[in-house]
Amino acid sequence: MKKEVVSVYVDNKANVLSRVVSLYGRRGFNIDSLTVSATNDPDISRITIVFEGDYLTLHQIVAQTEKLEVVRSVKTLDSGKSFFRELLMIKVRAGKEKRREIKEIVDIYRAKIINLTKEEMVLELTGAPEKLDAFLELIKEYEITDICRTGVTGIEK
Amino acid sequence: MKITGAEAVIRVLLEHGVDTVFGYPGGTAIIIYDELYKHADQITHILTAHEQGAAHAADGYARSTGKTGVAIATSGPGATNLVTGIATAFMDSVPTVFITANVGNTLIGRDAFQEVCITGVTFPITKHSFFVNRKEDLVDAMRDAFRIANEGRKGPVLVDMTKDVTEALIDYKPAPNYPLRRITDPQEDSKLAHFADYINNAERPLILAGGGVISAGASKEVQELIRKADIPAVNTLMGLGSIPSSEERFFGMLGMHGSYAANRCAAEADLILAIGTRFSDRVALNPKKFARKAKVLQIDLDRSEVNKNVMVAESIIGDCRDALQKLLPKIGESSHRGWVEQIAAWDREKPTHVRDCNARMNPEEIIRYICAHTDKETVYATDVGQHQMWAAQYVQQTRPRNYLSSGGLGTMGFGYGAAIGAQLGNPDKRVIHFTSDGSLHMNLNEACTAVSHRLPIITVIFNNRVLGMVYQWQTLLYEGRYSQTTPDRKTDFVKLIEAFGGHGFRARTMEEFAQAFGQALKCEGPVWIDCDIAAEDLVLPMIQNGQTVDEIIY
Repeated sequence: MKKEVVSVYVDNKANVLSRVVSLYGRRGFNIDSLTVSATNDPDISRITIVFEGDYLTLHQIVAQTEKLEVVRSVKTLDSGKSFFRELLMIKVRAGKEKRREIKEIVDIYRAKIINLTKEEMVLELTGAPEKLDAFLELIKEYEITDICRTGVTGIEK
Repeated sequence: MKITGAEAVIRVLLEHGVDTVFGYPGGTAIIIYDELYKHADQITHILTAHEQGAAHAADGYARSTGKTGVAIATSGPGATNLVTGIATAFMDSVPTVFITANVGNTLIGRDAFQEVCITGVTFPITKHSFFVNRKEDLVDAMRDAFRIANEGRKGPVLVDMTKDVTEALIDYKPAPNYPLRRITDPQEDSKLAHFADYINNAERPLILAGGGVISAGASKEVQELIRKADIPAVNTLMGLGSIPSSEERFFGMLGMHGSYAANRCAAEADLILAIGTRFSDRVALNPKKFARKAKVLQIDLDRSEVNKNVMVAESIIGDCRDALQKLLPKIGESSHRGWVEQIAAWDREKPTHVRDCNARMNPEEIIRYICAHTDKETVYATDVGQHQMWAAQYVQQTRPRNYLSSGGLGTMGFGYGAAIGAQLGNPDKRVIHFTSDGSLHMNLNEACTAVSHRLPIITVIFNNRVLGMVYQWQTLLYEGRYSQTTPDRKTDFVKLIEAFGGHGFRARTMEEFAQAFGQALKCEGPVWIDCDIAAEDLVLPMIQNGQTVDEIIY
């Protein structure tokens, strides 16, 4: 099934996120990620939602979301015509002997080492979600102690 | 002009033509009630026994009049007691505004006495809600509440305000009602010609009219379409009243307890025009097999109802009445006599009847008797269960907004509150409340409200001493294991209503019923008629979820 990315423009008011999340919970929509961010208009926030689903799921999510009073507009982001970015941070257990190997992967992916101790390093990578997935695939060879991803945000070209 | 927040609430109600509200006072709502006291000549407040009754009354008032229903409650338990009523209105898209006072803003979030986050509780069951803790937001929120409740697909809106906001002095300027945004999309109109083509060329067309028809005031247009193109029609439970029972092309209700003819013709039709209906699981019992021979066309106000439960061929999003008014000139006069007669033959082959098990009182006969002995303006409010389905099957429908029933949520206990709301909204009409011993026990406390306001509501109790609908399922599907449906209650409903200050009659035969009903029509204040029916009486036909008309239990 295809990943869909939907941008929801909402009033920048209290409880708006709760309303959106409550709707998805109630309707049983399974969301991969959801991020909230500012827009150039201080009265409006953008919620970017990623989920896996067919055309009907997409239609339902969009149509149900549009009904919320706090929602100004909903836009489905076409992957060919949009940029998607996500931030990933990983904590890897790695002593001296592993550092060089990991550094090599980090360099290839243009990731960053943002913290280093004797036993552990914290890596940071920003990019399209697929790039993050690929990076993660390689890093999984090592002992990962923690991962966090921000979820996708997107903008049209 | 500077006035208190509470007075501003009253003024916004008056701006919207509200003259009747339902509710229950309390510590945080006291300032609003103080203003209601001062404005008693302009707004009648109906005190109920319980906030749930107030919520159902506001709902019944709205369903029966088409106006916005309003209920007021205090914080905490007052607000949570509204919840079932709000959910009932939400599921059936009834325009209602619920006003709750919360604790003072400085106490919010501190688990203060009678504090509850009612906006949070009601997120999934309101169209929208406001939590007003800044006095400057109050008037706007109140006006928006009326707009939102009535805009597009109607529904409940909650305005929760902190007590300090009701006390604070605020700026108030009278303003015209906020205009309702209308859904008009020229792109949708372009589909009308297509719709007309399908309808004009169909051999076995069928109209399925739902609650949206009543809500949009499109009954006249639906009936015109039925007559002009000679198209047979069926209703959902929520659509009952949109087509009169006297229409010869009308074949009753579709779905689980719909008529055989209605379910058979939906299965055989080559075109179904669904208007203002959402193909609920009680209508499209098996969404994959629903109307398999038909091209389904849908007209609905709510885009999310398209392809939600049943896949349709084409849809028009917009107001049903607008769409039908534009569609009608494109529809040619035609005749589908053979098809209509075929359905009528199915109806004769398997008519809907109650096969009465005690040979003394038949629920069908009781309902038919009442319809024959009251005028066509009579409003019927039901509770939920077997009696609700019997009422849906046998009430002679004459006009929209006369049959009030909790369709979506299926709320036992809805009926009495709804009847009270309907009677207050329609003081000149007769209001009949159909209920059962099970449902009545849920909200019978509202008898005191009917007594206080001398409301001549006639409550007809289908008393079979069991929780009938579940009992029926246990009979048919669970090998007679009557788990918790035979409560062995000893309630004497006649004595009970007399204790409340109303009138009670007991009927063990149809003769006794006729006599009791005759007297009831003359009584002042509420009347209960306790009708002794057999526990074994079934609501038939029945099609179980997942099945089709081929598996109908008849």
